[in-house]
Amino acid sequence: MASVKTTLNRRSFLKVSALAGGGLMLGFNWACKPAPAASALKAMPESWYGINAFLKIGENGLVTIMSPNPEIGQNVKTSMPMIVAEELDVDWRDVVVEQAGLDTQSFRRQLAGGSQSIRQGWKGLRMAGATARRMLLEAAAQRLNVPVDELTTDAGIITHAGTGQSLGYGDVASEAASVTVPEEVELKDPKDFKIIGTTRKNVDALKIVTGEPLFGLDFHRDGMLIAMIEHAPAFGMKLKSLDATAAKAMPGITDVITIDAAPEGFDEQWSDVNAFPEKVVVLGRSTWEVMKAKKALVIEWEADSKLESTADHTEGMAGLLQSGRAEVARRDGNPEAAFQNAAQVIERTYSAPFLAHNTLEPMNFFADVKEDSAELVGPIQTPEFLRKSVSSILGLPEDKISIMMTRMGGGFGRRLYGNFGVEAAAISQAAKAPVKLVYTREDDMTQGTYRPAYQVIYRAALNEQNELIGFHVRGVGIHGSPVFANRFPAGTVDNYLAENLELDSNVSTGAWRAPRSNFIAGAEQSFLDEVAEAAGKDPIDFRLELFDRAIANPVGERNDYDAERYAGVLRLVREKANWGADMPGVHRGVSAYYCHNSYVAQVVDLVIEDNQPRVQKVWCAVDCGIVVNPGAARNQVEGGIVDGIGHAMYSALSFQEGRPVQRNFDSYRLIRQAEAPREIETFFIDNGIDPTGLGEPSLPPVSAALANAFAKATGTRLYDQPFSSNMEAVELSEPTG
Amino acid sequence: MALFNLTINGEQHQVDVVPDTPMLWVLREHLNLVGVKYGCGIAQCGACTIHLDGVAVRACSLPVSSIGDRAITTIEGLSPDGSHPLQQAWLEHDVPQCGYCQTGQIMNAAALLAKNPSPSDEEIDRAMQGNICRCGTYLRIKAAIKTAAAG
Repeated sequence: MASVKTTLNRRSFLKVSALAGGGLMLGFNWACKPAPAASALKAMPESWYGINAFLKIGENGLVTIMSPNPEIGQNVKTSMPMIVAEELDVDWRDVVVEQAGLDTQSFRRQLAGGSQSIRQGWKGLRMAGATARRMLLEAAAQRLNVPVDELTTDAGIITHAGTGQSLGYGDVASEAASVTVPEEVELKDPKDFKIIGTTRKNVDALKIVTGEPLFGLDFHRDGMLIAMIEHAPAFGMKLKSLDATAAKAMPGITDVITIDAAPEGFDEQWSDVNAFPEKVVVLGRSTWEVMKAKKALVIEWEADSKLESTADHTEGMAGLLQSGRAEVARRDGNPEAAFQNAAQVIERTYSAPFLAHNTLEPMNFFADVKEDSAELVGPIQTPEFLRKSVSSILGLPEDKISIMMTRMGGGFGRRLYGNFGVEAAAISQAAKAPVKLVYTREDDMTQGTYRPAYQVIYRAALNEQNELIGFHVRGVGIHGSPVFANRFPAGTVDNYLAENLELDSNVSTGAWRAPRSNFIAGAEQSFLDEVAEAAGKDPIDFRLELFDRAIANPVGERNDYDAERYAGVLRLVREKANWGADMPGVHRGVSAYYCHNSYVAQVVDLVIEDNQPRVQKVWCAVDCGIVVNPGAARNQVEGGIVDGIGHAMYSALSFQEGRPVQRNFDSYRLIRQAEAPREIETFFIDNGIDPTGLGEPSLPPVSAALANAFAKATGTRLYDQPFSSNMEAVELSEPTG
Repeated sequence: MALFNLTINGEQHQVDVVPDTPMLWVLREHLNLVGVKYGCGIAQCGACTIHLDGVAVRACSLPVSSIGDRAITTIEGLSPDGSHPLQQAWLEHDVPQCGYCQTGQIMNAAALLAKNPSPSDEEIDRAMQGNICRCGTYLRIKAAIKTAAAG
């Protein structure tokens, strides 16, 4: 055991003695009545004793663990409480999980983003469980009149071996609640973990498959109005005039108003991305009636800046790549000389379009704003920042605003930006009524916050011995460059140059699952495949040689990766996939990438069937440190792979005079069942390192593994996403040999 | 507004709504059956899949006035307690990530299995092609359908 200081803040350990019926945690609960996590051994207790903000224990030993972070499908609502339960040392079947609301005094970083919930929650969650366990032990020691050090725990039972006495956690919970919070606690040695490292199923699964209300759109409050919005149909347009006479006269409509969700003096947070803060709002009693009235609005919009088309974006970025003045992000050695002296120079350009997040549950939020307080309920990845924005727009102090996070029908980064929550608050304040704001799919897909459109040029210089002597990457995006200057292959090559460019635009963009990595990994790993080919080397051997260089004698000191761990996943996937084996009719591509503190390597097995490429299998090796919940972790990895293949293959958001061309799933193509890989097999590196990110890292590399396999199958390289639109021109045929 | 008598999950219901109201909103807002989800409103994503006389249909594009005396089944009526073989298989394979599309996936799969109790992989691909899972749980969905079919 390791002794660690308890660094959680005071409120996290506020003790509540003999609190009946949920005490401290009540009020956070709306639709999610606590239900046992698994096949419960125990009934709901009559009294709960709050030990700290993370957990309360019933008199019968049932434990409620609060899940502090927003749940977007990354499964933290199961995996984070598992970490608390591990150190508390309880039987998982005696655990009930409840979603916590926003409570910045009790919890830290209640945010779903950057694949950081487990990584940054790790120590705090362990401490919360270990501290509670220690308090239970001290209460038991008092009761049994034995030294606390002679007590042991197992699955919620405290035992004194010397006297053979034992007590359940529930027996001493009431006393434990008033024990002084220890200043130091002991954490388990990872080899003693009983819950962490074992598969525990999604605590909400039964509710999901039976259709119980869980999501923001499912929230209902008697007397609430439905609010829907119209925003400008094009980026660069604003409201000119509104005639709502017909809409207001329609059945079920209570009002039509306009709001400005970013007025003068609004204290904007980083999370306030809103291309259309000025909105027309229709309010009424039911969604269908409001949807119909929306269509009856007579609105004139006028241009107030340039109405851009996709051709403007494509040409603008290409122009900057050719001749724009770039920011030099990193420069090692003398790249110009290396390219001049090269025996061979390879240069390739890659591109990808804007993407919408397209969470399957469209944006929505409930708000009930009163004179001196506001209550918000809904799907938000960044409740803490939403509250700041809502505070600013309503003119109410933050402590008068409550936010309850619902389960989210997908996040992918879109719900980092809570403009819909701010709008719901502004609408409720204006309407003086509780409202649920609901976006249609078209509202959702056309409102911006897109994954940026990108282009990047890669150049590699090889010497006579086919060694990489120079590397140059020059990237541009709307908005922001996709280049990570200090990631691989920086550090493996003496002469290196990374350059950033940005094209201005009125199209709004935001973080989209694995920001920047979601494009640059595919480009970089496709390029390296071609460089390896030009050098006459096996693509895995070629990468491993570069990692050997970075391990033995790295160039520069700012390299943002661990070359040994990087090489480790490549070796593992090479071994598991039996790379190099003769597989008739199967075309293989490899890729590896590091992001969100984790390492992923993949092999795609592609077959051609009925003149169509089909992914037969994806082999995936992952190093994310300790895997908390292996089954759920595999699910994340599989989802990232399908997501990565799907968007690289099929998806694009384009513009015509400022208007998004794709407005719904009839024109915006997402991957579907028949296009998914037939099989995905995931292997985790077992190294005992504290856990790192997993919600994003499997997505970025897979587009390159796919493109590299496609090149093997057809001889044609894929440079521009979505790949499917370039594949049509390629002659595909059944394998002949 | 008009009165409609509906048979839903074996029970009679009467609703007073605008005649062109899609069943999606009748179920969600007038009958509090929220297992049926709004995803696109144009029958492209499958999140709103229900059964009409046992056939999978998209509730977002089905006006209440078109139902007549045909029987509607929603996820809430597929089984009283989540015991339908598909729901059990979904739990066994721990299919959901965000979970939003899954009731529609299950309803679509239930209609498939009712017609074809042991579908091939290709038949599952074809039948499930109208249901989007944005989280990409397609492999587990397929595995769960095969488990339910085998059981």
